[in-house]
Amino acid sequence: MIIAPGLLARRKTVNVIALIAATATTVFGLFWLAWILWTTFSQGAAALSPRLFTEMTPPPGSEGGLLNALFGSFVMVALGVVIGTPIGVLAGTYLAEYGRASKLANTIRFVNDILLSAPSILIGLFVYELVVAQQGHYSALAGGIALAIILIPVVVRTSDEALRLVPNQMREAALALGVPQWKVTTRIIYRAGVTGIMTGILLAVARISGETAPLLFTALGNQYWSADLNAPMANIPTAIYNYANAPQDEAHVLAWAGAFVITAFVLLLNIVVRFFLRTRTPR
Amino acid sequence: MDATALPVPRPVAAHAESPLPARRLSDGGGDRVFAGITRTAAWGVFLLLIGIAGSMFWGGRQAFQTFGLHFLISDAWDVGRDQYGALIPIFGTLASSAIAMLIAVPTSFGIAVFLAEVAPRWVRSPIAIAVELLAAVPSIVYGMWGLFFFAPVMSARVEPWLIAHVGPLPILGPLFQGAPIGIGMLTAGIILAIMIIPFISSVMRDVFQAIPPALRESAFALGATPWEVVRRVTLPHTRSAVVGAVFLGLGRALGETMAVTFVIGNSFNFSKSLLAPGNSIASAIANEFAEAEGLHRSALIAIGFLLFVVTFIVLAIAKLMLARLSRTEGRAA
Repeated sequence: MIIAPGLLARRKTVNVIALIAATATTVFGLFWLAWILWTTFSQGAAALSPRLFTEMTPPPGSEGGLLNALFGSFVMVALGVVIGTPIGVLAGTYLAEYGRASKLANTIRFVNDILLSAPSILIGLFVYELVVAQQGHYSALAGGIALAIILIPVVVRTSDEALRLVPNQMREAALALGVPQWKVTTRIIYRAGVTGIMTGILLAVARISGETAPLLFTALGNQYWSADLNAPMANIPTAIYNYANAPQDEAHVLAWAGAFVITAFVLLLNIVVRFFLRTRTPR
Repeated sequence: MDATALPVPRPVAAHAESPLPARRLSDGGGDRVFAGITRTAAWGVFLLLIGIAGSMFWGGRQAFQTFGLHFLISDAWDVGRDQYGALIPIFGTLASSAIAMLIAVPTSFGIAVFLAEVAPRWVRSPIAIAVELLAAVPSIVYGMWGLFFFAPVMSARVEPWLIAHVGPLPILGPLFQGAPIGIGMLTAGIILAIMIIPFISSVMRDVFQAIPPALRESAFALGATPWEVVRRVTLPHTRSAVVGAVFLGLGRALGETMAVTFVIGNSFNFSKSLLAPGNSIASAIANEFAEAEGLHRSALIAIGFLLFVVTFIVLAIAKLMLARLSRTEGRAA
């Protein structure tokens, strides 16, 4: 067979152009991301000082720290985990152990995947309607519930996947010994899948600790120290939002400090999960 | 041999240590209770979605009743006269997402091709991990970077150039006219693009990896170039999932709040120019909700409901497209 003389050269040229374009877009994509990370870390490092962890958030324009906001973020993330984890793990258990490939289970997986990507500001509106409007005031509890709703789909997805990875022989062996199914699940399957479930919870914590939109009209934020779950509570994301929108330079410095703390925490948690637990992330 | 000399295990102690202690046969109650609890939790996830949709609709009913279908096509947003229409935020949401997709889809595809065909093996996983980590950076950080670092560059360099060189052109021109203030639809769209590139490219990479090696290898064996393998084997095989990845990114872009609200300008004036400030649904809610009351609040929840409906449809398409690949592969996407 005779090949047209120019064809091979043309195919090779097209190939080289396409691959160079792919490399160039990768460089283009990574350039922005590197710029953003560099900005966060250089601005954040300049803004870091021990006062961040010892002083309260100041009124815009004066200097201070982020102590109450750090505390509030910790409290609300913890609330989110405490409320969301049992629901998430149990729903994941239903999908993996009872529903399996049934129509209901697949529908719930579908709904869960949509919740996983749903705009987080709508979760904020939902909790506003559900809790804040009923109670008549903003509260840390509402913030915690909003974060729990964002955490649940992540935990459902990862625990469903983790439990389905447990070999069926383990279930069959235990059932053959006469163990009731709920004990098979709680004593054997959970033990086998605990790494995957923990991965999901930690990734969900990383996700909710940077969420700002759902806290804007639930926890609201608070310039002062408050440990009352029934009152507005300071938190890092809304503090960043408020200080970044304030005109003063001192406020911007605090906003960058907050952004640095939250980004470093989220990235560290992701790296720990990736290297010590499992590598797949839910989307 | 004497039977008592045999090393008899201690059955009682062994039972106590075992995770499966002796039990009565009638343990069906525990099963029913546990199965019931897990089923309730699973229904809870279902109800959550219904609850979100329902509460948005309920909260927005006053606005829907007052303005009717006119709400969707009215560009009025006047808090003083209590007149609201959804057109400007809908337009802003769609326009900023469209700009984001125009930039992010080719870039993400390029990254996925780079990782699949160009990068040496040792570079692949560091880049892939870096991209996935960047998807975890909180969106408010993107917004702050946009406000303090990117918008100044846009206003000092990029926008003056666009106004001078693209502005006079016949069709594209009107999109790039006005003052180079750096805050507006174009800046918001670019930042959204940067935000969703990690999402789309890591899903696309997973999709490309799901292709059976035998398919690619036989194409190579026939003498295909790497680009031809992508064009003629990988893409046709994964087309629906690639579309799914794009829609997943679109779903994120439509509802993104914090990355947009800092740089879109939050203006309810309509402008043909992409350089002018605009507004998106998420950004309008974030900015105005805390101070809004009565009909204003209801109008904000009503546009939230519209956002919910649109993102639901987009994400549902994404999931169905991604599921199609996993069905043909017989594995989870």
